[in-house]
Amino acid sequence: MKNNNSAKTQSEKKRSLSGILLSSPYLVWSVIFIVAPLFFVVYYAFTDRNGNFTFDNISKLGDYTGIFIHSIWIGLISTVICLVIAYPMAYIMARSGARRQKTLMMLVMLPMWMNLLIRTYSWMTLLQDTGIINNLISAIGLPRIHMIDTSFAVVVGMVYNFFPYMILPIYSVMSKIDNNLVEAAQDLGCNKLNVFRKVLFPLSLPGVVSGITMVFVPSVSTFYIAGKLGGPSNLLIGDVVETQFKASNNYNLGSAISLVLMVLILICMAVMNKFADDDTNMIV
Amino acid sequence: MKTTSRVYTALIMIFLYAPIAVLIFFSFNSSKSNAVFESFSLRWYKELFNDTQILQALKNTLIIAGLSALISTVLGTAAAVGIDMYRKKWQKSVVLTVTNFPMMNPDIVTGVSMMLLFVFASKLLNINGILGFWTILIAHITFNLPYVILSVLPKLRQTDPHLAEAAMDLGCTPVKAFFKVVLPAIRPGIVTGMIMAFTLSLDDFIISNFTTETFQTLPLQIYSMTKKHVTPSINALSTLIFATILLLLILSNVTQSRAESKLNKEIREGKKQKRGNN
Repeated sequence: MKNNNSAKTQSEKKRSLSGILLSSPYLVWSVIFIVAPLFFVVYYAFTDRNGNFTFDNISKLGDYTGIFIHSIWIGLISTVICLVIAYPMAYIMARSGARRQKTLMMLVMLPMWMNLLIRTYSWMTLLQDTGIINNLISAIGLPRIHMIDTSFAVVVGMVYNFFPYMILPIYSVMSKIDNNLVEAAQDLGCNKLNVFRKVLFPLSLPGVVSGITMVFVPSVSTFYIAGKLGGPSNLLIGDVVETQFKASNNYNLGSAISLVLMVLILICMAVMNKFADDDTNMIV
Repeated sequence: MKTTSRVYTALIMIFLYAPIAVLIFFSFNSSKSNAVFESFSLRWYKELFNDTQILQALKNTLIIAGLSALISTVLGTAAAVGIDMYRKKWQKSVVLTVTNFPMMNPDIVTGVSMMLLFVFASKLLNINGILGFWTILIAHITFNLPYVILSVLPKLRQTDPHLAEAAMDLGCTPVKAFFKVVLPAIRPGIVTGMIMAFTLSLDDFIISNFTTETFQTLPLQIYSMTKKHVTPSINALSTLIFATILLLLILSNVTQSRAESKLNKEIREGKKQKRGNN
């Protein structure tokens, strides 16, 4: 008996060892190319050009408080609009027949395969003062509206680029909801609104949470969209980081801004995940 | 209710496709304008095909996407199989946290952090202009790896470990048991991971922007095209990209439904045969 046990633990150990062996190329890779680069961000954030320790970069961040707040604000608005637009669409998709679900899914995904740059570029031409939308507006006799280089244009670009990321997780959670639950609620006297409020909506929350993070993170941190659609007065934090690294060559300040951006996003994610856990616990 | 949802779907589709339709429409415009259609012309397509830079960038993009998808699939599958074998919980959770990190981290921070590593390496090794083919390849493999690992791991969990043990009891070596039993079971996850890696790599622009200077990919080319002045060749390029994607999607759907109907037919015939035997 004892012999048998020790043989078993030995084979377990062997298994564990071969597991580590198999994954070792990846472990080495991730230490060099995932973990080490993060230390470089921290290192550059706290040193000057000559490599001496300094808090200068961090204290300079104060100048960028406005841009940070503006980025988070734009990210929040974009996320809320995405949620409002995407939720009904995900609901409609999840409630249609199998064939139709497949087609709708394909139609939603298709534009995502186009490059973000192209999608943003197309809105740039649409929103211009002499663009198609304004031409249509003036054709029906209304005055042209200045849209390009405003926060409005930035939000339109963010929503257009990222709202399929909101549809997909909500849809995938909703399509897995057991229809018996809906029927049970109806049997127990719920009307359509209450079925939605008490059954469908709570069960779809995990999808909503992952949708929110999938939209919020890129819309706070991305560059290009704001630069192209919002003009110089609407630059977001991603654009500032890009300028520091690609144009000003100030890696230290750029790293400090990146570090703060990373910490902010990770805090947001942690809070969101906590929400998600609580919700699933509540339901179970 | 039915009509409301139909109207809503239509509105969403208009929002999704109107901008793309406009690009396609004006790619056939003879003038430079993206708002006033002058006359039909293929001028921008001709210009596009004469642009050797764009063609080179397209080639580069495909090379990077292919190589990075292949390497990350091999590395990632081995890693997933290994991680699945870990017996200590903390080991698993440490590795999975590191794996999840690039997916949660904003792309721009991932790009910047890798750029710093490469710059440091270039100082250390005394190489000038290190940012090129190798650095972008490394970066793409790195951001592809989590997607491969996380699509293979669930398939491994679904696979009964006793199957491999049974194969070994019947005389297979562990390696043979893996290739004959485990690999076929997790193949869908591997394929999904590889396709995801390939498309992510094709599409990436933010991380590439920081990790290469000499080696241009198509998204970077588009970036510099839209940076300076607007050239309608972009419309032509977008139209071609859209057409390619559409074609691929339709093809994959057709082959998929063909395979399904073939499977159904086989099941039906199998049933008939069974009945005949009875």
